[in-house]
Amino acid sequence: MTSPLQQKLKIVGPVVITANRLGDGAVVYRTADGHWSADLKQAAVATSAPAAGELLAAAVGDDIGAVGAYVAPVHLDPDGGVSPANLREIIRHGGPTIDLPISFGI
Amino acid sequence: MYRYDELDRTLVTERVAEFRDQVARRLSGALTEDEFKPLRLMNGVYLQLHAYMLRIAIPYGTLSSEQMRMLAHVARRYDRGYGHFTTRQNLQFNWIKLAELPDAMADLARAGMHGMQTSGNVVRNITTDQWAGVAPDEIEDPRIFAEILRQHSTMHPEFSFLPRKFKIAVTAATHDRAAVKVHDIGLRLHRNGAGEVGFEVIVGGGLGRTPFIGKTIKPFLAKRDLLSYVEAVIRVYNQYGRRDNIYKARIKILVHELGAEAFAREVEAEWKAIRDGVLALDPAVIADIKARFRYPVYETLGDDPPALAEARRKDERFDRWVKNAVANHKVPGHAIVTLSLKPEGGAPGDATAEQMDAIADLADRYSFGEIRVGHEQNLVFPHVTQRDLPDLWRALDAVGVATPNVGLVSDIIACPGLDYCSLANTRSIPVAQELTRRFRDLSLARDLGRLHINISGCINACGHHHVGHIGLLGVEKGGEEFFQITLGGQADENAQLGTLLGPAVPYAEVADVVEDVVAAYVELRERPDEIFLDTVKRVGVEPFKERVYAAR
Repeated sequence: MTSPLQQKLKIVGPVVITANRLGDGAVVYRTADGHWSADLKQAAVATSAPAAGELLAAAVGDDIGAVGAYVAPVHLDPDGGVSPANLREIIRHGGPTIDLPISFGI
Repeated sequence: MYRYDELDRTLVTERVAEFRDQVARRLSGALTEDEFKPLRLMNGVYLQLHAYMLRIAIPYGTLSSEQMRMLAHVARRYDRGYGHFTTRQNLQFNWIKLAELPDAMADLARAGMHGMQTSGNVVRNITTDQWAGVAPDEIEDPRIFAEILRQHSTMHPEFSFLPRKFKIAVTAATHDRAAVKVHDIGLRLHRNGAGEVGFEVIVGGGLGRTPFIGKTIKPFLAKRDLLSYVEAVIRVYNQYGRRDNIYKARIKILVHELGAEAFAREVEAEWKAIRDGVLALDPAVIADIKARFRYPVYETLGDDPPALAEARRKDERFDRWVKNAVANHKVPGHAIVTLSLKPEGGAPGDATAEQMDAIADLADRYSFGEIRVGHEQNLVFPHVTQRDLPDLWRALDAVGVATPNVGLVSDIIACPGLDYCSLANTRSIPVAQELTRRFRDLSLARDLGRLHINISGCINACGHHHVGHIGLLGVEKGGEEFFQITLGGQADENAQLGTLLGPAVPYAEVADVVEDVVAAYVELRERPDEIFLDTVKRVGVEPFKERVYAAR
């Protein structure tokens, strides 16, 4: 498997760095101050390959904070918000699109 | 139930201690993820889209009520109150925290459960007929041989790093409920012309990216030779299987490229060297393993007690359930009962902790404390008296596992799909849920008869779509979800792969298309009892294709 750092980044729009938090696997995003946040709004957004590469390199180096860091596309909303840009990332961000099983009240 | 001995318990307990240390070292940073990943995978721990997933082995799909209660406890204490029964007769928890995994595993170990053989390039959890030991059409209990293979393959040093994962299934019945022809090795226990019982050995079956029906390389193998022959097969695969291309690494590719006859010759040569060595199975060893299975002491009862007939006359819902979910047992006066984990709008195979606890209690009361998991993602009570069926039905109905749709159109097999799985391209569960709503009319479902829909959210085919009567394969095109549809697949003794219907259809239309396919079947069938599969065999997919695509 090729390391994310060895892959040539093709950036066609705004991106963030995302991964899964080591302790519980929760979806997290790399922040501008070099931490991880579960809040996509806190994510550092890159719009060029060098900037994304720099963020990714730092994220991959933080092996104890989160696992499997990679570049994910986002939309920048007119109001300044950030939202995931493909279905996989929408589901990672928002959770399963189905209701989790409920108790049958017994 | 198989009774584990001290050796088994020690092995599992030691594994928990080992994993606890590995987790601690990972959390402290002493182990990198690259170092830790293969270790967690050896214990069935995956990292999925939102969280860690723990896959727990249920050898040959047999669970005790005590084990089911422990699964309920783990679901409640460490997860989000439910678990997912899989097409490999295992159970998955989707939300477990890494730091809590050792405690969860320690609790599971107290009930003899673990995650070994549920991941990695090893011999995986060995599956069999969920009716094993009680099916009227069975020669012998196949779990005895599944257990022998389990013991032999667990932590087998030579087979710890195979080219790819390796799946074995065993059946001993006339009707194959274990899908042995789509496994790396399929074993079919049968009687030869001389009246001896042995195995037909089928190799190189599998689904996934490149599906194949397995080829018989040994029509009859004596029981004494089971381990040595399986060892020879895996040895040849270990030596010649490709390690340079993950997509070509399964044994099915090797068997296909070498040809079944050439592969068989390699196996025979290897086998010759080892067949009379330590792996030759002494009948005493087989007898010893058999003796460790606890079989119920059944009451002497007659079939069809009058009270049952009366209850069926009085209650139409009960009667429908009996017709659908109750099967003949080898012992008179008893029955095999399937618990449907496919309620309308539900995720196939999911069960809540409350349901698991209730099922465990009911198993104690009505099924000698024994539960089975089928690859169709339903559960089975294998030892129910016919006398108890009315009371059992009311209790199962109260906890939502008595939907009379077993083997019908809404008894859908589906992988977790993109709602959970990091490999998936599309969602599977919402498609299954929508189809259960479209086919909520159970009288229509009964009229349609046996009809299996299988859904996979990616080419890895965990939902076994290739062998569904209607198979749905999720593919991604330009960022959108689409489904390829195949018709006419089947996984039993007449296993065959489905035929592609036509171009993939968008996610939003897939339920409509399935409804069209079913409507076409109703028009095309020659008589009401010609099942979907037989209609497809008779007329091919073209008439279905015309119907589905003409309107689109």
